[in-house]
Amino acid sequence: MKRKVYIYKAYERFWHWTQAFLVLFLAFTGFEIHGSFEFFGFEHAVVYHNAAAVSFMILIVFTIFWHFSTGEWKQYVPTTKNIKAQVQYYLFGMFKNAPHPVHKTELSKLNPLQRIVYFLLKVVFIPLMVISGVLYMFYRYPHNGDIAGINMEGLSTVAALHTLGAFIMIAFVIVHLYLITTGTTVFTNLKAMLTGYEELEDEPKQTKQ
Amino acid sequence: MCDKSYNKKTCKHVFLQYTYYFFMKKIFIILIIINAILVSGIIYFTKHQKQVDALQLLQESYSKPHTPSVDHTKFEILQKKFNSPQEVTAACLSCHTERGKEVMNTRHWKWQNEEYIEGRGLTNLGKKNILNNFCIGIGGNEQSCNRCHAGFGWADSTFDFHNQHNIDCMVCHDNTGEYFKQSGGAGNPDPSVNLNKVATQVGKPLKANCGYCHFYGGGGNNVKHGDLEDAQLNCSRDVDVHMAKTGINMECVDCHTTEKHVISGKMYSVSSTNTNRLSCTQCHGNTPHELSIINEHTVKVACQTCHIPTYAKANATKMTWDWSTACKLKNGEPYHEEDSLGNHTYLSEKGTFTWGKDVKPEYVWFNGTADHYMFGDKVDTTKPIAMNTLRGSYNDPAAQIVPVKVHRANQLFDPVNGRMIQPKLFDKEKGKGALWKDFDFDAASAAGMKYIGQPYSGTYTFVQTESFWPLNHQVAPKEQSLSCKECHSTNGRLANLNDFYLPGRDQHAGVELFGMLSIILSFIGIAIHASLRIRAHKRQQTESKTIEQ
Repeated sequence: MKRKVYIYKAYERFWHWTQAFLVLFLAFTGFEIHGSFEFFGFEHAVVYHNAAAVSFMILIVFTIFWHFSTGEWKQYVPTTKNIKAQVQYYLFGMFKNAPHPVHKTELSKLNPLQRIVYFLLKVVFIPLMVISGVLYMFYRYPHNGDIAGINMEGLSTVAALHTLGAFIMIAFVIVHLYLITTGTTVFTNLKAMLTGYEELEDEPKQTKQ
Repeated sequence: MCDKSYNKKTCKHVFLQYTYYFFMKKIFIILIIINAILVSGIIYFTKHQKQVDALQLLQESYSKPHTPSVDHTKFEILQKKFNSPQEVTAACLSCHTERGKEVMNTRHWKWQNEEYIEGRGLTNLGKKNILNNFCIGIGGNEQSCNRCHAGFGWADSTFDFHNQHNIDCMVCHDNTGEYFKQSGGAGNPDPSVNLNKVATQVGKPLKANCGYCHFYGGGGNNVKHGDLEDAQLNCSRDVDVHMAKTGINMECVDCHTTEKHVISGKMYSVSSTNTNRLSCTQCHGNTPHELSIINEHTVKVACQTCHIPTYAKANATKMTWDWSTACKLKNGEPYHEEDSLGNHTYLSEKGTFTWGKDVKPEYVWFNGTADHYMFGDKVDTTKPIAMNTLRGSYNDPAAQIVPVKVHRANQLFDPVNGRMIQPKLFDKEKGKGALWKDFDFDAASAAGMKYIGQPYSGTYTFVQTESFWPLNHQVAPKEQSLSCKECHSTNGRLANLNDFYLPGRDQHAGVELFGMLSIILSFIGIAIHASLRIRAHKRQQTESKTIEQ
């Protein structure tokens, strides 16, 4: 039996889409600063990038609050349970039209691979971008006289980390955009993230797969 | 947005449904508005309140003409007939009793100053004991070079620096514009100058007074500096915002203020220490830009770097000078060649030149201290010899990136003694070894080195030299200042300043490779996965069809 479930709440969708926009906008302006192409012009790209970075950090603060106040953080705790089955599903099962190995519910929206990836995103890659970004932003120049700032020998390391993180984020977005098409139908997941509602199978009986 | 299970009508319905959910939730709208306010607020507050008030006050004060407190025509002592320029100075000193001592304590008089130079210690250094890469040096050539000395009669090393009457007050204070010094006259005025007229019309130094030497040094207009030339006597704001006749029309001494005849500001072709310098911030403040990120640049980037995009804007400046081709004669006579702009490209006396107009500066780190080639220094000829060295690096807290004119030359060198040669260039008579009369490098080298008391082996060759001229004038209107991209890009203006990471210019090869690979591999993985999925999907369809049949 299928039932319609309100799986992504309003704030979650707001967070998701704002973050999606900001990540893309930061990547776009960031790579212009990086010298990959020209669109806004360097000066504007820097100003927009910094402004978007600050709004991203504000969003992060609200979202951290949301994670803990709603208990949603539990959804992102990595688990090794079913991880092999999930890998096998993506590598083989999917091509044999096998069913999803992990059942999706309101209390467990993410499969074990998603848990690991989003967990890494939350505790490694986004913090990497934020910390290196803040250092980049508030870095002035070494041993400066008048303007107080963070004293570093130069931007080299910070810039390398920030760029590295940016490439990883882009790779994530590319793969993410592809993997959202692997729901029940191609658009199931996208629809769910837009409307909040998704049709989920009822809890399966305790039968072996 | 629709999969096969929906027909067109339901598709539209679903779309409306999305829109409904998206906008019905008030929380969305509220949060979006909050975010929009925050973003625009951040953009707004990154703009910094400009320090305009002080600058406007200055502009007003500079636009008021100076009214002298004294009319020198009314002084009886200046009415008498002057038979020598020294008599004029004596008359000046009869009222301005202490000014002579002041002047005799300045570089304009001594052409030397005791300064601490790293690696040398306390050193008495100046035109008396350094070499440059234009006319090389004054030793033995005083009659010609010392036309620009603020004194009368410094023709050789016997000149009396303690005689106040040898001070030339008029070259700086003449307001008639008629005073000039005799060519080859060792600083004496030209005999045609009406000394009485000049002596009664003296005042604050004008641009033309300073320019008399500082525009024409090196043997012609704009030869040396590149950013100081006679076009600045009457130019537009495009050439020089400060000195523009149509703009604020500032005099040199408006910025180069003077205390006891010691003029503020340094020229590092002869100076060495980070003292008594002028800076833009004295009028413009430390944070003159709206964007704080631009203000922060000034920690490492001098104002001049962005605000002097090019120099030699009105007239060309000398960029290279090859002495090795000098001394060629046509029918036993010296000759010259000119380019289309009328600049000398060849002179038998001096060799071959190239000129540059509207030149983009080169950029170096500079902490305000410099070193110079001094008589007797032994040099390393494996690289161009710096006639003056501007010190600094990225890691030097006092250093900023500054724009410079680099003048490159090929000049006389004694390979046996490892020293640069001071040739004797000027003499009024032939046969005394002067290059400009006898056209003999060997004789000129022998005579010049003997004069300055340095050994000469009898062998000469030519070596590459460089001199660095920090650019401070010909500041462009703000609209013409450099855009970010001029430096924040590969092959930009700072392409050769590689001791630091510059966003937009520098990339880490490893990071780039990793990044590109991860993106490419993502796409390849997706392509393979997607094609397998499509194949599986098709197989399923055929299977279900077979079942139906």
